[in-house]
Amino acid sequence: MTFTPLTRNLLRVAVAITLAFIYIPLLIILLYSMNPEQTLSWPPESLTLEWFPKAIQDQAARDALWNSVKVGAAATSIALVLGTLASLAVARHKFFGRESITFLVLIPIALPGIVTGIALNATFTQVFDMKLTLFTVIVAHATFCIVIVFNNAAARLRRMSTTLEDASADLGATPWTTFRRVTLPNMRSALVAGGLLAFALSFDEIVVTNFTIGAGDQTLPIYIFNTLFRPNQPGKVYAVAVIAILLSMIPVYIANRLTKEESVTASGAGAGTPIPEP
Amino acid sequence: MLLQLHQSRESRGATTSSPSTPRSPADQTSVPDVRLTGLTRRYGDFTAVDSIDLDVRQGEFFTMLGPSGSGKTTTLKMIAGFEQPDAGKVELGGQDVSGLAPYARSVNTVFQDYALFPHMTVSANIEYGLSIAKIPKSDRAERRTEALRMVRLEGHGDRKPNELSGGQRQRVALARAIVNRPRVLLLDEPLGALDLKLREQMQVELKQIQSEVGITFIYVTHDQDEALTMSDRIAVFNEGRIEQLSSPRDLYEHPANEFVAGFVGVSNAIERDGKKLTIRPEKIRLIGEGDPTDGLVTERGEITESAYVGMVTRVKVELEQGGAVQVALQNTESEAEPGGRVGQKVVVGWRPEHAVSIQQGERTQSVQLEEENVS
Repeated sequence: MTFTPLTRNLLRVAVAITLAFIYIPLLIILLYSMNPEQTLSWPPESLTLEWFPKAIQDQAARDALWNSVKVGAAATSIALVLGTLASLAVARHKFFGRESITFLVLIPIALPGIVTGIALNATFTQVFDMKLTLFTVIVAHATFCIVIVFNNAAARLRRMSTTLEDASADLGATPWTTFRRVTLPNMRSALVAGGLLAFALSFDEIVVTNFTIGAGDQTLPIYIFNTLFRPNQPGKVYAVAVIAILLSMIPVYIANRLTKEESVTASGAGAGTPIPEP
Repeated sequence: MLLQLHQSRESRGATTSSPSTPRSPADQTSVPDVRLTGLTRRYGDFTAVDSIDLDVRQGEFFTMLGPSGSGKTTTLKMIAGFEQPDAGKVELGGQDVSGLAPYARSVNTVFQDYALFPHMTVSANIEYGLSIAKIPKSDRAERRTEALRMVRLEGHGDRKPNELSGGQRQRVALARAIVNRPRVLLLDEPLGALDLKLREQMQVELKQIQSEVGITFIYVTHDQDEALTMSDRIAVFNEGRIEQLSSPRDLYEHPANEFVAGFVGVSNAIERDGKKLTIRPEKIRLIGEGDPTDGLVTERGEITESAYVGMVTRVKVELEQGGAVQVALQNTESEAEPGGRVGQKVVVGWRPEHAVSIQQGERTQSVQLEEENVS
């Protein structure tokens, strides 16, 4: 598609405004994390890096970070197994109610976190009479992590020709061998991308977490939320926030890279556009 | 290069008879490689394959020819096991395999879209079936090398499928299937995605490879030229049934009905004395002033269409006795102006034995120049 110079400039401005909206607040957090004062004030009068070592050494922050990693990893693992199986069922088999199931699997991502939160809270504490722990957080996070994995996996399977699986069966492979040696390797990058996004989502989550976490435990977002409005050392909390931003970027960056590589390979491997014979 | 493949087959005690000489298609051993009995497949109200009976002989190059939707691909899929018949059975080498999954059948398929595994190298693709069958690594490598040599892709083993051209992918797909030495190789329009030149070259190569390895080929195509060029026998499919099963020559020279006459080559169907006749365009000639007409059937007519297509000029002649025929005029070196002007009054003639009597088919392809320009 080609644009007139005017359209092109308008698009440039729109992109600039969008990026400004996203990144200026993040820059302000960065500035606050370098604010040496005991109270927040704008603009900071001087800058310091002293909060960063303090943030890194803070035991509560470290515990919270570790909890977040544990929850994210566990929820993502559950999502990878269940999401992959669900996508295979929907994309490779015809059964009654297939469309409805696709829809039902997708719903949790659209539900308000607060609804998911109170629903799970009631289920855990009232129906199952469970103590709220990190385990309940993991289960809660898995509900929306599955959606991400399912979506990525199902999209890949829809693009992947079923004749690959037919060819594998034709060459003597049982369905399980076909899954292991043909289907799964071709889904791998989609699963990695989906898994990383799911992890990033879990890592950030605060609303559902708040309703499903035990009294003594904290994830990183909960730690930041609880500590932010305490009077002492606001710069330290902002430093933790900056570290959290940096950590969140890693999986998203990798996921983005993988998805891009994938689309290149996928379009190159089809038989549709044969390269001319040399 | 092909000889080596055979030596290794023999040394490993391959079960085929006398592998150093290609088995003749006419050599009818006791059991057919493939036998279909009453094979039927329905989709809702639509009967895709309608009670087909068919024997494919050992070592034969057998083609299922027909327009799209005629049931040829569905039949192939039922032989491979991707589709289950609603009625009838599939036998491979005398064994009923109707209920078996694709992986339990000793057939291999060359898919229309090749279906190469994109995450594997060419070598890994070719060795896939062998590794599933737990063939030892050293044997695998040897057989893969032979297969690559056979399809003339030596040195391409480390490439990924997306680094290959369409023709090369097609060869890998063939090597991947043939390396397993299946009882029967199924080919589902394998040349459909290739351009004309490459397709013609591959037709020759496929036929060569088939006669060398002696594996039974069942080849699906809608391209009549392809079918005539390569096949030992052809089954013409139409609306889920077989209209005619015969050698390419018989099919062309003696079409059983109007459909076959129209689908395989150009059909000049005319009615004379209440009988339907068909005459191939190249069997009709324009008769000039004073030309001998001994032993010819002659009729008067007028040229109404004329199309120059290089080697020949195709003209349509409306006959005074009714009907029209297409005539192929050779553009030979001797004549500067081969004739064939629209509006020209002409006399056409043919030998009576070339006017083949046909049954009245349900559908027919009319004599139109536009249709023929494609082939």
